Amino acid sequence: MNLALKDIRHSLGRFLLTCVGLSLLLGIVLAMVGIYRGLVLESLGLARAAGAHVWVVEGGTRGPFAESSRLPGDTRDIVAAQWGVAAAGAVAYQNVEATHRGATKRLLVVGAEIGRPGEATGLVAGRPIIRSRYEAVADRRAGLDLGERIELGRDTFTIVGLTENMVASGGDPVVFITLRDAQKLQFDLTPSAARREAARTPGAIVSTNTVNAVLVRLLPDVDGAQFAQTIERWKQLSALTQEQQENVLARPVIERARRQIGLFTSLLLLVSTVIIGLIIYTMTLDKKKSIATLKLIGAPDRTIVGLIVQQALGLGLISFAVGAVLINSAQGYFPRRLVLEPADAGTLFAAVLVVCLLASSLGVRTALKIDPASALAG
Amino acid sequence: MNEPAVVQIRNINKYFGEGATRVDALRDVSLDIFPGTVIGLRGPSGSGKSTLLNVIGCILEPNSGNMRLNGELVYDGRWLRSDLRKLRLEKIGFIFQAHNLLPFLNAWENVAIAQVLAGVAPAQASRRALELLDYLGVGRRKDAMPGQLSGGEAQRIAIARALSNDPRIILADEPTAALDSQRAGIVMDLLRKVAAERRTAVIVVTHDEKIFDRFDHIYSLRDGALELPDRMAA
Repeated sequence: MNLALKDIRHSLGRFLLTCVGLSLLLGIVLAMVGIYRGLVLESLGLARAAGAHVWVVEGGTRGPFAESSRLPGDTRDIVAAQWGVAAAGAVAYQNVEATHRGATKRLLVVGAEIGRPGEATGLVAGRPIIRSRYEAVADRRAGLDLGERIELGRDTFTIVGLTENMVASGGDPVVFITLRDAQKLQFDLTPSAARREAARTPGAIVSTNTVNAVLVRLLPDVDGAQFAQTIERWKQLSALTQEQQENVLARPVIERARRQIGLFTSLLLLVSTVIIGLIIYTMTLDKKKSIATLKLIGAPDRTIVGLIVQQALGLGLISFAVGAVLINSAQGYFPRRLVLEPADAGTLFAAVLVVCLLASSLGVRTALKIDPASALAG
Repeated sequence: MNEPAVVQIRNINKYFGEGATRVDALRDVSLDIFPGTVIGLRGPSGSGKSTLLNVIGCILEPNSGNMRLNGELVYDGRWLRSDLRKLRLEKIGFIFQAHNLLPFLNAWENVAIAQVLAGVAPAQASRRALELLDYLGVGRRKDAMPGQLSGGEAQRIAIARALSNDPRIILADEPTAALDSQRAGIVMDLLRKVAAERRTAVIVVTHDEKIFDRFDHIYSLRDGALELPDRMAA
């Protein structure tokens, strides 16, 4: 005869309503963790999609995502000629604001060479860019449809393909165009005063043939770190392995997000502990007479403790399950990518169980202090 | 009285507080209660009735004296058993003024719980609970929740619970206070029946004059002192 279950069934409506309230709180905790995972994945998505082993960037810099990196356009040919290189592709990155259907969108425009590392991969609709000019592949979050046209700088591009979850670390959707288009876009977006100044300077050669990085895919069995060291011998170049690039990209996002989300998650868990504790305490007070009677007729302390702890665990278990279902169902409606990993859910579940045990201690303490003689008092 | 006393109390004293604030709740109380008898305890508020009931129920430790329950010396200046809870569970049944049925258990579960706590297998406890409900005439209400029972029905189920571990002593605290005279009479007759048939000693704290004729002896407590039986049932 499980007294905890019998008591829950006796006041099922109130118990379930409490569970629903608590499940919203635990759902938010789960969503926070999911948003954190999503942030990390998003920040790495672009770098991973390139499929590069080594990133060659301007000497003394840490690459285009951390700081400004400009390389001459022929760097790709020099790098491609090195031993161990399977493929190399030059890329250019440019943040732009574009107006589409009356709304202004912030986009990260990636210029890449057709058929080389850096071009759009993992298309979910349409086709890759095959023409050298005025074609674009956009991420679904940009809200662009296949065949739609969008103005970037002074040119208009046709969307020929779509990707999914390809966003910049700040969450801006990515639009791929050809390197040539991107270089022109970078020039077009340079402030007009700077353009005029460059044109006026006698003897100055105004070249748009610059790139931000060269992505290198190595042959099997070629060590990325060693290749990077080889490249570093050229003073004007720096090289980062894919792992180093991911660190550069993710570290600021992870550290900031971990601090912010970790703080909120801890606060929410603390609030959950207090709420569960108060609920269990109130439920214990409601049963004061029953507990006194049980003690008087000879119930051992473990029966009383079991009654309270099982109810606390039941409250946590049901609330966590409802919260997880709610968040999974609402996953698609979140403004940011939500990545719910079973390991995170497992950890949170364990944390909820610990929270329930901690929270039940107040109720247990109260119950154990109840004098059995109080059952006899009217 | 050939059988030995089930409850044997000698010179029990119990006081609360110290010095000027000291209150003597029980003063040199000595009492023998034999199997099959129904004893009434009466007295004004604060006379020590509940204190005496709590002492016999091993809930409250006296300050001096000694006490035997079912022949076993359980108190002699100090408790001699560490598992008073088990003693209560196996040897003493409690009946309360407000029945104190657990609101989340139905009638038969309320009766079976005492046996389950004593380690009886649930199926066996359930069978015995149903037998007791039939014995007390409330078998048809076995599935009712306490809130669905009348006062008389609830008190019968509380009696069934008190009997479920076949105790040698039943302690009843004003069991008829919430009942009309007809139902109070029925409850007292049931307690007399239980005492006679199961050789149980029943001790009832009461103010209810309507039921005085149902006791074998009525003891009065005044300022913590027990007076001689002032009435015996016919």
